[in-house]
Formats: sequence, C-alpha cells, structure tokens
Amino acid sequence: MNDSSPATPPQRSSAPVTAMRLMDGGLIDRSRTLGFTFDGTRYTGHPGDTLASALLANGVRLVGRSFKYHRPRGILTAGPEEPNALVELRTGARREPNTRATTIELYDGLVAASQNRWPSLQYDLLSINGLAGPLIGAGFYYKTFMWPAAWWEKVYEPLIRRAAGLGRASGVADPDHYDKGHLHCDVLVIGAGPSGLMAALAAGRAGARVVLCEEDSRLGGRALLDGRRIDQRPAADWVAAIEAELAAMPDVRILKRTSVVAAYDHGTFAAVERNNDHLAEPPAFAPRQTLWRIVAQRSVLAAGALERPLVFPGNDRPGVMLAGAARAYVNRFAVMPGRRAVVFATNDDAALTVTTLAEVGIDVAAVVDARSEMSPAMEAAARMASALLITGGAVTRVRGSLGVEGVEIRSADGRKTRIACDLLCMSGGWTPNLHLTCHQNNRPVWDARLAAFVPGNLPSGMAVAGAANGEMSTRSAIMRGAELGVAAAVACGFRAASPDLPPTDEESTSSSPLWRVTGVTGKAFVDFQNDVTVTDIGLAHREGFRSVEHMKRYTTLGMATDQGKTSSINGLALMAELTERSIPDTGITTFRPPYQPVALGTLAGHHRGKDFRPTRLTPTHAWAAERGAVFVETGAWLRAQWYPESGERDWLESVNREVRTVRNAVGVCDVSTLGKIDVQGPGAAGLLDFLYANTMSTLPVGRARYGLMLREDGFVMDDGTVSRFAPDHFVITTTTANAAKVLQHMEHALQWLRPDLEAAVVSISEQWAQFSIAGPRSRDVLQRVVDSPEAISNAAFPFMAIAETTVLGGLPARLFRISYSGELAYEIAVAAGYGEALIRAIMEQGRDFGIAPYGTETLGVLRIEKGHVAGNELSGQTTARDLGLGRMLAKKKDYIGRVLQERPALLAGDRPALVGLRPVDTGARLRAGAHLVASGQEPVAANDLGYVTSVAFSPTLGHWIGLALLSGGPARHGERVRVWDPVRSGDVLAEVCDTVFVDPKGERLHV
Amino acid sequence: MRIPCCYCGARGHEEFTYLGDATLARPSTEIGAPADDATAAAWHDYVYVRDNPSGRHRELWQHTGGCRAWLVVTRDTRTHEIHGVEAARDVALAREATHE
Ligand SMILES: [Zn+2]
Repeated sequence: MNDSSPATPPQRSSAPVTAMRLMDGGLIDRSRTLGFTFDGTRYTGHPGDTLASALLANGVRLVGRSFKYHRPRGILTAGPEEPNALVELRTGARREPNTRATTIELYDGLVAASQNRWPSLQYDLLSINGLAGPLIGAGFYYKTFMWPAAWWEKVYEPLIRRAAGLGRASGVADPDHYDKGHLHCDVLVIGAGPSGLMAALAAGRAGARVVLCEEDSRLGGRALLDGRRIDQRPAADWVAAIEAELAAMPDVRILKRTSVVAAYDHGTFAAVERNNDHLAEPPAFAPRQTLWRIVAQRSVLAAGALERPLVFPGNDRPGVMLAGAARAYVNRFAVMPGRRAVVFATNDDAALTVTTLAEVGIDVAAVVDARSEMSPAMEAAARMASALLITGGAVTRVRGSLGVEGVEIRSADGRKTRIACDLLCMSGGWTPNLHLTCHQNNRPVWDARLAAFVPGNLPSGMAVAGAANGEMSTRSAIMRGAELGVAAAVACGFRAASPDLPPTDEESTSSSPLWRVTGVTGKAFVDFQNDVTVTDIGLAHREGFRSVEHMKRYTTLGMATDQGKTSSINGLALMAELTERSIPDTGITTFRPPYQPVALGTLAGHHRGKDFRPTRLTPTHAWAAERGAVFVETGAWLRAQWYPESGERDWLESVNREVRTVRNAVGVCDVSTLGKIDVQGPGAAGLLDFLYANTMSTLPVGRARYGLMLREDGFVMDDGTVSRFAPDHFVITTTTANAAKVLQHMEHALQWLRPDLEAAVVSISEQWAQFSIAGPRSRDVLQRVVDSPEAISNAAFPFMAIAETTVLGGLPARLFRISYSGELAYEIAVAAGYGEALIRAIMEQGRDFGIAPYGTETLGVLRIEKGHVAGNELSGQTTARDLGLGRMLAKKKDYIGRVLQERPALLAGDRPALVGLRPVDTGARLRAGAHLVASGQEPVAANDLGYVTSVAFSPTLGHWIGLALLSGGPARHGERVRVWDPVRSGDVLAEVCDTVFVDPKGERLHV
Repeated sequence: MRIPCCYCGARGHEEFTYLGDATLARPSTEIGAPADDATAAAWHDYVYVRDNPSGRHRELWQHTGGCRAWLVVTRDTRTHEIHGVEAARDVALAREATHE
C-alpha cells in the first residue's frame, strides 16, 4: 500500500504520497526517501520522521501487543511518554527492546520489530488472556500462582514470561561506546519549547553561560506541533530565528537529543545525550550516548506538559490517539493519523485538533465534549470542521479489534449514537511535567482550577516556566520563560532585560476533568503499558489497598518503563473516588530519577570490562612479560606471580626453584607496589611516633625500623618499614593493599588529631621502582650495580642500614638493607622510569651468581618460612600481641590505639594467637582456611580453636608449613591439633610450633 | 551534592571522602594511667558511639580527589544544605588553643 498512490494536486490536502502522507507541510525532507522495515515489511519515510510517524504515513496502525492481555496496540502519543508503541529496534548486538517508536528518528535501513506477540502481531494466540482476564488481574503476581511453590520456577514463571513481558534483550555484549562529560553553567534551561527558548534567550543575551537541553532532535517543543503562529509567522520560523541567535552566542550551549533525567542537590543534574541513536550505528570511535553531569547556579525547568488519556472501554485500540498527538502528526510530520475522526475531550485545547484535522481534509465526524456546558471554542471548531458537536457526551464503546472502526457515543440525554471512524482523538487535559522538581523529595501541590498537580517547593536555584508550571497558553509560557530567564541571569550577577515578547494567537485553555466514563462495561485502561484497568484499581481498593503507594505496587500502575507518565493522575483520581477522598488527600506517588529510562551502558560509560577497574602495571611489567612471567592481580596491580622456566611442569615446580635460588644464591623481585610515603618536617618524627605503636623518634639517621600501626580500637591496621634519611625526613612503606588508606590515616592524624605537628606527607608509591635483591649472593650482585661498592660492605652497611646512593653510573637510588625473606637482602629504589633498565642490569650482573627473578608466590613462601605476617594475618581482627609482636608496643608515648589495645578482652590468654604448624605426616598438605580442633576432638563449632591463615610448601624443609591463629597461641607449642577442612575434605594432624621455620636465630641477615 | 572546599572551591561530592562526626574529641589519657571505668567509657564513646542527628551536623570530610585537606563541613542531614566549611586543621588548632 505504500508508494502506489496516484498523483495528487499540489496543495495542502489529504492527497497521499504514501497512504497517509500529506503532499506538503510538516518538518520533513521530502527530497530524500529512507527505507525501513517493520516486522519484515519494507516501508519508506523521510528525514524528519520518527518511526511512529513513518508507520502512520504508511497506514500502519497496529504496532504492538500489550503486556498482559496481548491486546492490539497502536500509537497513543507523539512523544517520549508513549506507553504503547514499544518496539525492538535494530538487530544483533544492537537490538534494543522497549524502544518508543515515537522517539526513534527514522534513518535509512532502520529495522524494527513488534514485541510481545506470538505467533504474529495480527493473530496473537495469547490474546486469549483477555478472556481469562480475572486470572491475571491486579495482584496476580502475589496470589494466583502461589502454590505449589515448586511449580513457580518450572511452570508458572516460564508461562508468564512468555505471556506477559516486553521486548528481548540482545543477549550479547553492547558493541557501542558511551561517554561521560561535565558541564558547568550559570543557567540550565530544561526544555526548548516557547518558555524554554525565551528563558535561554533572556539569560543568553545577558551574557550568562547557558546550557539549553532539549530531548527532541529539534528545538521548539509544542510550538512545532500545534501549528500556531508566533511573532506573526509560523511558529517553526520563530523557533528557527531564536535558535540561530542562541547558536551564535559563544556562551550558550544547545544540547539537542538530550534528556535531563535527574535533578540532584546543589544544582547538579544528570542528562543523557543521544549523540548517534539517529544513525544506524555510531561513526567509528564516536559515542552512542553521553551522560552529562551538569552543574548550574540556576535552572529553569520548561519541560512542558503531558496530555492525559480519557478512561473508557476500548480506549487502548489502535487508532485511539491523544488529541495533541493527532495534530502533531499533521503539523510536524505531515501525516494523517486517520481519515475519519471523532474527537472526545474535556477541554478547549482539543479544539485546535478539530480544526487542524479539518484543515488537511480529515473528516471530523463528531466532537464529543464531556463538559456539560457548551464551550464557545469547541463550538466554533466543530462548526469550522462541519462536525457534529455533542456537548455533555461521552464515548462509551470503541468498535474494531485490530483498529478503531467506529465509536458509540452517549449524549447528555443518554441517547446512543454510533459513528464510523478510524481515528478517535481524546484529551483529558494536560499534566504539568514536573518530575524534576520532585527528585529531592519536594511534593507537588494540587491546583483545582487546572485539575492537575503543579510544582510545590522547588529545589534551590530552580524555577519553573510554562506548561510545566501550569501556564498552559503559549502567551503565558513565553512571558514566564522570559521573566525567569532574566531572573536567573540576574541571580548569577548579570544585568538582564526581557526580550520583546512576540505576539501569539488567541487561545482558550479552559478545561474540566473527567476521570472516567461511568455506566459502561468493558476494559477501560488507565495504565496502557502495564495493562491496568479501572477494574484493577477497584479490586485493589476492595482488597484493602488505600494508600496510593500500595495501590501502585499492587496493581503495578505507573511501574512500567514509562513510569506512569500518561496514567498516574488518572489512577490517583480513580483511587480518590473509590476512597471518597480528594485527590490531594489521596496523595501522589514519589517521583524518582531517572525521568526517562537510561541504558545501563550510559551509566557505565567507559567503565566496563577491564576498564571498570583498570589494572596498574609495575615498572618491570614489560620485562616480566618478555620473560614469560605468569601474572596475578593483587589489589589494583598486576604482578608477576612466578617466572616459569622451560621443562617446569607446574607452578609449584617453578616456585620451589625460585625459593631455592633465593635461599642458596640470589633472586630479584619487583616490590614497587608497596605503598611508599615521604614524611618531612620538624614534626615528622613526632608524627610517626603518634602513628606507630613502636617508637620512631629514636631511629638514627641512616637506619630503617620495622613498624606497626594500630587503629584507634587497638587492632593492627598495617605494617611496613620506616627509614630515616635525615632528622626531619622519613620514608615509610605500607602494604600494597593499604597504601591509600594509610596515607589518608596519616593526613587525618596530621590535620585533625595532631595539628601541633609541623610535617607534610605525600605518596611516592608511583614515583619509585623498588626491587628486593635477596639471597647469600645479593651483595655480590649489588656491588656490581652501585657506583661505590665499598660503601655497602657488611661493616659499612649493616643490617637495617639505608642510604641514598647512585647506581649504573650516576643514577640516584635509595638502598635499604632490609629483608623479608630472612636472607641477606636489600631493597633498591630508583625513579620509576628507570626501573626496567635497573632490573635488566641486575639480571645481567647477577648471571655469574645464578640470579633468578621471583614472583609473588615465592615472596609468600619465603615470608611464611620466616613467620612474617601479611594480609592474611593483618585481618583487622588481630592485635599486636595476637601476632607475637606485643614487645613492640611502646610504653612511654602516646600513639593511635594505645589505650584500647589494653582492653582486658584483648589481653585474654585464650585469644587466638599466631603459631606455626607442621604436619605430623610430612606428606600431608595443609590448607589455608582450615579450622583447628584439639587432637581427638570432634570438629564442631564448640571445639573450634582457630584457623589456618597462610600455608606454603617449603622447599627448604621439604613439606607443607602453615601459620595459624590458635587459641592460646605459643603456649601450645608442641601440642598436636586437627587441621580440619570440611570444604576440601582435609583432616590432617599437625604439630604446633614456632612461626619461624628457617634460620630461627636470624643469622643469615647479618652475614 | 557540592561541597565548597575552602582551598579549591565548590566540587562534586564524589571528590570527597566522608569520615563522620567532627564534634568528637580524642580523649586525653595520661600515659601509664590506670584503666578506670571513666577512661574506658570515654574511649568507648569516642571510637564506637555515633549520633545520627536530623538537621545540622558538623562532620569530617576529606578532599581526597583534590587538595587532600580534611574539612569540617556543617551540613543539614535532611536537606544536604551546607552551612559552612572550615579547614579541619584550623578547627583543631582552635580547639587546642581553648584547651590550653
Ligand atoms: Zn580542596
């Protein structure tokens, strides 16, 4: 039926190009034709069309099936509030369900499919649900399918999912990019209808930085849709002139296709810009959508109003359309939404629809005005359209199932008339679009004259103009917009004057509500998208749901993706009627962000996949990768876990070799991930005394000391080394995981707890590459790397010495003779950029001594063999005494945690304390996390004595070893315990021993 | 929410880290003093007990994503209205001065 119409005279008339397209008029580009398919059928449209207007132009009225009852549905609106015409847009990975046909800009090659129909849109077997209506009425989720419980997953849920549902997600990864951006402005104007344009113009002319957001692809709002004249010219021309002026202002930014979806505190807004949704796919590297965070000193909300449907049987049939939408299709898209229309309304605004339809040759058969008094505006419109005017009447029935074929009208005297038509325009009045005024929990107030809620208290800095504020005429919208634009600019410190106000057409906005047509039978829909009828609300009321919030959840009214934009006020009014309360007494449900559905991809932006939590690479990463290292994520870092060599069959073989190399020769390990903090100032020593449980002020220059930090509650927070380079200059290390937390802790101490201390702290973790060189030959290697080998002799540079030195011929370095492995060992640090060069030099110079790199696994084995604590033991539940470090606690100074670490319960002898474990059968494997019970006791909670914190296979000893927190701790040395691991069926007998398995006297440290 | 840092100006709350009540003072307990009930109670309150006021509240925030200053922010917990921001160190120094 498309593209086959006969030629027609060149005037604005009903003559179709495609079935329902007008020959001229509208904001479409007839010079170009776009092809698209809907449910596999090919159609054409023009640039400027939406999918909805293009479907209507092709005579397609049936667009989808409803959520629960599978009722045929068409196009209700011409905007983003559409509840019916939801489609699956695009295919493959870009398939997006529940997309509103009324907002999809047509592009060439567009592919869309109807949703929720089976087997086909025309013939839907599941529409039988309509007959079984009571079965899935209000609350059906809560009661119908409750029993037997086992049936829910297997029978009911799959059935309901097939019967009631919306579109299908693509099921594959989203191929598009999403961006995020920040905007700062003086005045944010939300909505570019007449009031928003005037506000932006007034503020922009004053010199304010203005951001103007319009969710449509064009500025103009209803001015584009109504066909009125503004400034003695077509409204679209007036809009174009203002847009041109705004676009020329350097400090005005116009964001089209941008929905402001949330209003947060202190003038912060979230907006979604659909950068490239109007194309088949975004250009290479361009984002599909952008999430803007807009910060504005002042905002003007000019979001317009949404038209309310009327509630009568069959109000959901394809061909029943909001009156404002019907004229929008004519004026903006040059599409006839029908050929023979009936207009059913409660207000004078719909008179414009009557005349608009008549002007393009649509036969307006009848105008049904629900109001009992004759309206002069309606009367004039009906006369102009030669339409039958029925004042005080109502539409009581809609004939036709896949589309409107006629209506039954009840006159004021009760007489019934049948009229054939294919379009029924309805208008129940207009609801101010005030969502954004309520996002910070402000409540709207009821305006009885408008029969609508209008904004109440506003978020600070916000003002509301035009229809969003209940100012329904174009003239009042323009006046108010200009006024608020001036006020906003003045509030931001600009001198502003009102622009001249353009003359506008006379219009009557008289309106009187009709919440439902009474005395009728049949399904009358309130919430179209969720299939909630008048009957459902009655049922909720009969079952005792009085609160509007309860009614909403029980019936699901307003809970679909449209969030009740067209339904919530009608629902409230019906609830008020049932409970015999006024609408304001009934209350209104809470408006929460987002105002429009937002794709999860937009919220995620670039933070997806690996970029959600990027891994940081160590200075030697490229070198380690080159050597075939196996990497592991440790906190934010990717670290070498071990370095396999050819012939090694598994990780254990590699790690055993690495451990033996360190114990017998020399190994090198990148430890740059440790937190490093520089502490300087006359108060530096005092600060460290306050932060560490042991004393640091007594540390000589040129020496390092192990340090333990507690939390104020007395538990251990972190450990590391403190090195003193000068009386007022220290460098401390933290564990990798706590680097940021410790810095913050230090800043808190310095700025809040001890402001008397003059010191500064700064993170230098990323500035220094640091390597551990460990093993009996480590000094031999190091002496070939440093520029002054004699300066690091055992005598000149003893255990725990530190120094600033140079390596590789003048490269500044810091050298620390500290050991985690228990061997003769050093840590050497150079500027991070030289890290790779240094490790290559160390490997080169170490070849003669049998050097090998080692990773985090070997680091772990070495420290467990030495009984050093790490993250597993520093769990936040252990005290210094629990870890066998009680002797470090200073007695003569104040420090964080000093008082509470002495609480009696923390001193109790039966607290779990650190011990070593060795299996009695040396072939047995110990497992971390296993529980400990006394030998011969049942493994039940009452007998639990603690648990294994760390285990390793010790190649030095030839068997597994472990560290454990055991009730009673070292007092149990020599006892045997059951190491019980129910998760991995482990049940091993182990002997409790000292935590230091290798070189208990520490002699190797000093050689 | 926007917090006007006294060094950086108004910044989004995501740049800040919240700690809590800025009206708490760390108890001063003599080194080596015997642990009596009053001391225990004071420390217990300081470390574990927090009010949850409705209305104006003085609280510690740190501008972690900015200048790293700790701040005392006076905020209405119901409306998020911010009535004042001071550098924590200045507040702490003033507190010390009144103690001496
Ligand atoms: Zn700051």
